[in-house]
Amino acid sequence: MSDVLTVPKSRRNMEAVLLLLALLVGVGANMVIGLDQDRAFDADFWTQGATLVGLVLIFHIVLRIRAKYADPVILPIVTALNGIGLAMIHRLDIANNDTAADRQLLWSAVAVAAAIAVLFVIKDHRILRRYTYISLIVSAILLLLPLTPIGLELNGARIWIQVGSGTFQPGEIAKITLAIFFAGYLSTNRDLILLAGRKVGPLQLPRFKDLGPMVAAWLVSIGVLVLQRDLGSSILFFGLFMAMIYVATSRVSWVLIGVALLTAGGLAAMQLFSHVSLRIDGWINAFDPEVINRPGGSWQVVQGLFGLASGGLAGTGLGQGRPDLVIYANSDMIIAALGEELGLIGIFAIVLMYVLLVSRGFRAALGTRDGFGKLLACGLSFTIALQCFVVIGGVTRLIPLTGLTTPFMSAGGSSLLANWIIVALLLLISEAARRPAAVGPMGGPMVPAMQDAGAKPAARKRSLRKKEASGS
Amino acid sequence: MNQAIRNSWIVALSMFVLILGSLTYVQFFAAEELNANPNNNRTIYKNFGQNRGSILVDGAPIAESVPSGDQFNFQRVYYQPELYSQLTGYFSLVSGVTQLERVMDKELTGTSDQQFYDRLVQLVSGNQPQGASVELTIDSELQRLAYDLIPEGQKGSIVMMDPKTGNILAMVSKPSYDTNLLAGHDTKVVEQNMQELLTVEGLSPYTNAATESLLAPGSVFKLVDAAAALESGDFNAESQIDNPSALPLPGTNISLPNYTNGNCGTRSEATIGFALEQSCNTVFAQIAWDLGEEEIVSQAEKFGWNTALHLPERGIDRVVASGFPTELDQAQLAQASIGQYSVTATPLQIAMMSAAIANNGVQMTPNLIRNVRAADLSIIDEPEPEVLNTSVSPETARQLTDWMVGVVDNGTASAAQIPGVKVAGKTGTAEVEGRGDNAWFTGFAPADNPEVVISIVMEDVDLTTGAQLTTPSAQKLLEAVLNK
Repeated sequence: MSDVLTVPKSRRNMEAVLLLLALLVGVGANMVIGLDQDRAFDADFWTQGATLVGLVLIFHIVLRIRAKYADPVILPIVTALNGIGLAMIHRLDIANNDTAADRQLLWSAVAVAAAIAVLFVIKDHRILRRYTYISLIVSAILLLLPLTPIGLELNGARIWIQVGSGTFQPGEIAKITLAIFFAGYLSTNRDLILLAGRKVGPLQLPRFKDLGPMVAAWLVSIGVLVLQRDLGSSILFFGLFMAMIYVATSRVSWVLIGVALLTAGGLAAMQLFSHVSLRIDGWINAFDPEVINRPGGSWQVVQGLFGLASGGLAGTGLGQGRPDLVIYANSDMIIAALGEELGLIGIFAIVLMYVLLVSRGFRAALGTRDGFGKLLACGLSFTIALQCFVVIGGVTRLIPLTGLTTPFMSAGGSSLLANWIIVALLLLISEAARRPAAVGPMGGPMVPAMQDAGAKPAARKRSLRKKEASGS
Repeated sequence: MNQAIRNSWIVALSMFVLILGSLTYVQFFAAEELNANPNNNRTIYKNFGQNRGSILVDGAPIAESVPSGDQFNFQRVYYQPELYSQLTGYFSLVSGVTQLERVMDKELTGTSDQQFYDRLVQLVSGNQPQGASVELTIDSELQRLAYDLIPEGQKGSIVMMDPKTGNILAMVSKPSYDTNLLAGHDTKVVEQNMQELLTVEGLSPYTNAATESLLAPGSVFKLVDAAAALESGDFNAESQIDNPSALPLPGTNISLPNYTNGNCGTRSEATIGFALEQSCNTVFAQIAWDLGEEEIVSQAEKFGWNTALHLPERGIDRVVASGFPTELDQAQLAQASIGQYSVTATPLQIAMMSAAIANNGVQMTPNLIRNVRAADLSIIDEPEPEVLNTSVSPETARQLTDWMVGVVDNGTASAAQIPGVKVAGKTGTAEVEGRGDNAWFTGFAPADNPEVVISIVMEDVDLTTGAQLTTPSAQKLLEAVLNK
């Protein structure tokens, strides 16, 4: 069902070259910070540099073995983002006398290890389809965990759990399991959803009973907003579901119903819960002195804006600004810190890396042949885009500020872990999209590089024979 | 399905376009406005994070930045703060930046135009910009002596300057305060300190009393009348003027008296010289009537009255305009001619008047800055002496000097005599409604080749205390300069 063809060619050498560039950016940024603070090439620098290089080198080798045809751009991009994030966290550590970079480095190692494990254990993303309903249950458990006694409330949001001496945000992982559930559910039931239902004017309305999962998604989003007080995650979950249901059905009506539901829920929440209306007020009247100084007011976002403005076009230069004046500069507000020191030019480069990453994800969705893979790749890529939008939009006061992390850069272990697993999944799907199709009853004419096909193990043929519901 | 994937990709792209747009707005289009936002403390944090240059007197710092080890990196420290508080002003997180710290800010932070090249080098080398140091024209010994000559608890100012260059050699005022109290980094403590300073009677931490307080000048203003008289050509040293003991003021039922315990009563007619020596009010009132208001105003303005000065490149933020009123009736003109009614003058203005007389009628622009040195000690600025006004002709200046020497030799300012040196001077006592007098002395020495001009004022004093605190102090200070 794919109409996009890629010449099946392993691009691992290209990836190696790009990785070198990415490491140069990440390690180089850390070096500049060291030089600026008169502590160039100290132990921190070598530990962080060597760990980062080692991790991505191992990942690269694993890809050569396990996913030879995977997209060559994805790993270099996330390497660069992770490296820049580490450097900025390290820079803020020096200013604040903190050790967040050490934790971030440790979590990077854990996240990369987890991503490698995914590559080894899962092999083919279609296996995940078997776990559709298990994923739903896991998602529910993960989302409910913070509400149990091991849950932890920080800064008004109850989205953390206590794990040993550290904290963990199970919602980050729930993002992935929810995407797997939606992809599995929608790829199985899309025919039913599409064909049943009444047509009202230009809109094909879904049947009431097909609204089930949508209502479930809506309940999850509103539940997260109300019970956990986390507007960002709530938008993220709902956006993820909207994107996936649209891709599955190609029906705008679903999106419209979803947006209506979300708006209704949001308005109700604004009326009922003071923390939501305060957030909105802090967004609209951010520069009101009273709002700035109010606890939970707009001080954070206004400080971030001042930081961005002081950076201007070219930035103050790494280590030369005062990003430490912004609260949570190394997590929620890392974009403000980077914008201040790297300037508009630098932040554009970073945002364009995200654009490229997300586009490669969508490209994998286009290329892969199975509906489940398409939906999963779309959902995960769209999540990254939406998360960037919510975070950067919040920091720049385009939308109200919510406490989301910037993927791969913000200090935060759960976020890193979840995003690296997403990367592993995207790589797997892109591998499926790009590897030479095996010769089989369905293959033949669509594959130009027939001669490579002989190298493929016979096992693959069987799995490809399983026909997916045809596209629209 | 692929079309839907492409569409969602376009939605994702549009979200990125939106955030790129809002980033551009914040960092480019709105940046200037955000940087100027009153809630934005980054600018002041940035300045506090800099190694600000020192302010030096005789090569020793009176203000410098030392490493603080806190988030601001540097702490501004003032030495002998009471002595120099009104000159340096303060560099405060809470109360802002005043006086020298304010007008020399660009030089001290290294952002002046002359330091452009240094900044370029720093930009490339990545070093923190280092500010220039500013050396003042102040003589530390004179400053200390002048400060000690004002008793604690007495409100008063002393200004000394070189009449040939306009360089200020000493400028002190009491009550003074410790500028370090306002330079701390703990905003709560600084706010508290400021509140306490504001309760000190007679103290305004915001201003320099010597350049920003307006006081009734009293009889020292008679030098302006005498100058106007000579410049008009209607009067000379020999002119005899009626000297009644009291002059009835037209349109009122009061008279303008001469001081009863002075020597004015010994003559019914007097020359201007005698009238200056004994400070006879009625003579000057008649001169003013004779010349008319316009002549007096015009002469006062040539000495600098009715003009405010802002001399940032010379280290002086603000010299408030001394005032001579216009559209006076005869009674008011008579009172104004002896420095009463609504005539006002700053202590610096009176020094500038004497300086013009001392410098052959040419008034030099007052100056506090000897030089500005970059971090590598190269001089980047050294203000040249500059003429401000031509106040009187050299002949008038010479005649006025002779008369002022007479005041010290034979008149009210005899306490200013220095053996072997001709001293020129004039005293003044201005009555202020509701409190004690302003006691003044102004003069210069040596009279034939003036090196230094002085202006002293003590506020809210009785006649005897005023006399003790002004003329004898002037003698000590002038002598200190001449003995150098």
